[in-house]
This record gives sequence, C-alpha cells and structure tokens, in this order.
Amino acid sequence: MKPIIALENVSFSYKINENNSVSVLKDISFSIFPGEYVAIIGHNGSGKSTLSKHLNGLLTPGSGDVWVHGYNTKDDSKKLDIRRGVGMVFQHPDNQIVATIVEEDVAFGLENIGVPRAEMKQRIDEALEVVKMSEFRKRPPHHLSGGQKQRVAIAGVLAMRPDCIVFDESTSMLDTFGRNEVLQVMRQMNEMGMTIITVTHRMSEAAEADRIIVVEDGKIVMDGNPREIFKHKEMLMQLQLDIPAVSQMAEMVHNKIPTFSKELIHEDELINEVNRVSKARS
Amino acid sequence: MPIIEIENLSHTYMKGTPMEHKALKGTSMVVNEGECIAIIGHTGSGKSTLIQHFNGLIRPDSGKAIIDGVDLSKKRIDIKALRRKVGLVFQNPEDQIFEKLIGDDIAYGPFKLGLPLKEVRERVKWAMDMVGLDFEEMKDRQTFALSGGQKRKVALAGILALKPKILVLDEPTAGLDPRSRNELLDKIKSLNKLENLTVIFVSHNMEEVAYLADRIYVMANGTDVLTGTPEDIFTDKENLQRYEIGTPETVQALYRLKDLGYHVNTSAFTISEATGEIIKVLANGEGGNRG
Repeated sequence: MKPIIALENVSFSYKINENNSVSVLKDISFSIFPGEYVAIIGHNGSGKSTLSKHLNGLLTPGSGDVWVHGYNTKDDSKKLDIRRGVGMVFQHPDNQIVATIVEEDVAFGLENIGVPRAEMKQRIDEALEVVKMSEFRKRPPHHLSGGQKQRVAIAGVLAMRPDCIVFDESTSMLDTFGRNEVLQVMRQMNEMGMTIITVTHRMSEAAEADRIIVVEDGKIVMDGNPREIFKHKEMLMQLQLDIPAVSQMAEMVHNKIPTFSKELIHEDELINEVNRVSKARS
Repeated sequence: MPIIEIENLSHTYMKGTPMEHKALKGTSMVVNEGECIAIIGHTGSGKSTLIQHFNGLIRPDSGKAIIDGVDLSKKRIDIKALRRKVGLVFQNPEDQIFEKLIGDDIAYGPFKLGLPLKEVRERVKWAMDMVGLDFEEMKDRQTFALSGGQKRKVALAGILALKPKILVLDEPTAGLDPRSRNELLDKIKSLNKLENLTVIFVSHNMEEVAYLADRIYVMANGTDVLTGTPEDIFTDKENLQRYEIGTPETVQALYRLKDLGYHVNTSAFTISEATGEIIKVLANGEGGNRG
C-alpha cells in the first residue's frame, strides 16, 4: 500500500536571530498509511506540534522531504491539492470558526475552492450529519458549547473531503462531555475509512488509536500499537508522559491479585476483567 | 474567614443593544482565606465573567462583590491595590507574554511595583522555581520560541512574582503534558497549603478538580447551582447527570461497576483509592449482577 503521508529525513529549525537557531525536528522519517488512526504524543517542547504542521505543508522541512499523496509539500503548485488531501483541526475552535451561522461556516472552505452550489449543499448536509450538528445548522456558532463548536470546525474540514484529518490537541480545551463527543466523531470517521492523526496529552485518548508515535527532542523514540507502547511505563515516565489511568489501576490490582491482567488500556477492558476475575473467584 | 464574598451578582454584556447577553444572573459565592476552590460548568455558564470580577476587570452591574474587604460596588476603589492582591492567569498564556526574554517577562510586574533590583531578581528566581523553570538555564531564553506548555509556566510565574494573596487561574493545565501538569498541580497545592495562598481555579479537567479543590462550585446558566466537596459532588449522581458534570476517569469506571451491582464506593477518586475499591470487591468474592 502506498503511504498517504511520507516523511523522509525531515529536519526543521526555528531561527531565533541572525546567528542562532533552535533545532526542533531532527532527521525524522515515517509513513502514515490510508485508514490508519495514529496518535502523536510527547512532552511540551518535544516538537510534536511542529511535526504536525509539516503533515499538510503549513511548515516545510529545512532539510528532507514530506510527501502527501506523492506531492512534495515544498512544491507550491501542489499546495492546494495537499491542503485538500490533509485537513487540520486546531486546539481552539474559536480560531477556526469564521462565519456567524453554523452552515455558512461549514460552507466557507467550499466557497474558496469554487464548489458548485448544489454540491455544496450536499456536502454541508453530509458533514453536519457526521458530526451530529444538523439541527444546529441555522444557529450562530458563538452560543454553542466547546464540544459543539469543535464539531462545527470538524464539519468545515470534513466538507472539503480530505482523506486525512490532523487533530492538533483538539480536545484539550473541552470538558468530559465535549471530549467524548469529539472522540466519538473521530472514531466514526476512521471507521468510514478516513485517516486520523491526533496530537494529544491525554493518554486515555492516545489509547483509542491503532498506533502511537512518541516524539522526544525532535526525534521519534517509540512507534507501535498502544498496548505495546503502554507496557513501557518507566520509559514513558522518563519522557514526562504517563500511562492511562485504567492501565495504572490494572497494574495495581494485578500486584494484589495476580490473575488480574495488568495489560489493560481501555475502560471496557477494565470492567470486563473485573467481571471475569470476580466470576472465577466466586 | 471569608476573603471573597459574592452575593446575587449579575452582569449583562452589551446592555441596551440587540446583542444584549446576560452572563451572570444573581450568582453567589463565599471563599474563605486559604481555601482552594474549583469552579466548573459548561462553556457559557458564566465562569469567566465571574472570575473577572475578582480583580475588578469587571465591576458589578448589580449585587455585591467584596474582595478582601474591598467592596467593588463602591464607585471609588483602589484598583491598583486590588490587582496587587489578586493575580489572574488567563486561559491563553500567549496573551500575557510580551517581553522578548523569559526573565524580563516575569520581572515586568515586580519592576512596576517599584521593587529594588535585588528583590525583583529574587522574586523572579523564586517564581521560576515554583513553576519548574530553571532560572540560570531559562531566564535569557526567547519567549516566542517556547512551546504552549512552557508559555503557560512563564505566564504563571509572572503572576506569582507579584506575590498575590489570591490566585485565580483559568484552566491552568490545559495543553500541558502529564508531568508538567502533575508538577504544576503539586506547586499550586503547596502554595495553597504551605503559603496559605487562596486559590480559585476554573477547570474542565475533573482529575485536577478532584486532586486540588477543597470545595467545588458548579455553575450553570449564569448562576451557582451546586457547591460541595469533591466527594459530595462526585457521589451525587442525580446532579452529575442533570448538569452534565463529568467525573474523573477513576470515578467513571467505578460508576460502571456499581451499575453492574458491585458494592464500590464512588467517592474514591484517586487512582490508588479506586484500585482499593476494585481489590475490595474482588477479595470479597463479590459477584455483581453477572456473578
């Protein structure tokens, strides 16, 4: 299978003055394949946000190459194709919402690329349906809750029909309900075949992905499925990260009751394991 | 002793225009000196409008707001003295940072207070230590090249360097990695417990609410609807549902076990307490409904 995004020896530094620069990404290579659900984690300042901005050409590498659908992100003539292929949802929905009515906001990107009127309506309907915001289409976005606003922002990206969406800490400003709403939409879109890349600080959220990439000091230090990654508690702690609350609980129960599995990463697994062990013991 | 008394406070934005919006509708709150208070509630419930009253950024439309003896409904108050007592850290740290170098940014406030250079330096060092930024290593770094989490720390240090009596934080850990989050929470806790700093914070992160707060105020529709200890609030299932209040991940799992018929105590919200509850039911050979 051909990758949807491929990074080849990507390095990037920010220039802080004429003589000095800070090196943020250091020779990074990896590929994202169609239909994957990937979480990128790393502590503040590890380079993960800079990395995520390379995935649709918002930033281009100082050296090395990023290929999106086979187009080099340095090729300005392909910029529109690249941005259309890989959408991005940011941390603050307010920064991404531009119109005064929900459906107009979703329409904004479509107008920019000249989608015909009839098709536009269809795309808006579909996008609002996926994020379950159809009934709010005539409302002004600023009266919506954080989770609802973020879902409108996602609909705006979705209407552009990208193959991949990058979520850059898109749940960090949301409460439990808003977060669950957005996570549900992400999962649903992935099941529909969309490639999902999420940058997050919440380990339980990273556990939802099929693959976790751990960034440290501008390099990739771990890359694997969540169950594999979260086995390395010591290393994650050293990287200023953590394991999900569920995994911590499972480990502590396991230490008292050895038949209780310690390798759990989802809440459902914890509940099932309590049921299983409790049945076996009674 | 109450250090903040809010009584029947209302605030309307854009009054008398078609855009008129009632953000606070008669809310009340009492904060005692040295307490750590969490304010939770949905977007638009009035949390941000309320906390902007604490240092006089917004003055009461109607109702009372007395902050450390200063009655904000009076026409003439010493706003400078009030701002010295109450440090407010906003949600977006980049809004609060304007100097080129980290050390200069944190020193800005103390300089404005007219403190001598030596004391400014000491305060900057203390404040940076408090938020976990190494003074020697970081003071001459450029602020613009910082990550979001580091900016948050710099903004907080800038406020702490003013040595306020009351610290008000809007979503203090949003965007921080797990270790920075835990470190910052520990620092806030020790400032609160050891230095008797009164802390009021707005948060949607129920783990940190459970960890830090002595008491929680729940806001909905511009007014306070519920107050109590984290234990009171997180065990009140009816109100959790009514006001759509989330719970820590630990409590969420315990509620699911309880629904299955296990006898677990849902007020166990730290990871080790929650684990203790699971071990207890397994050790008792309890079967739940499915057993």
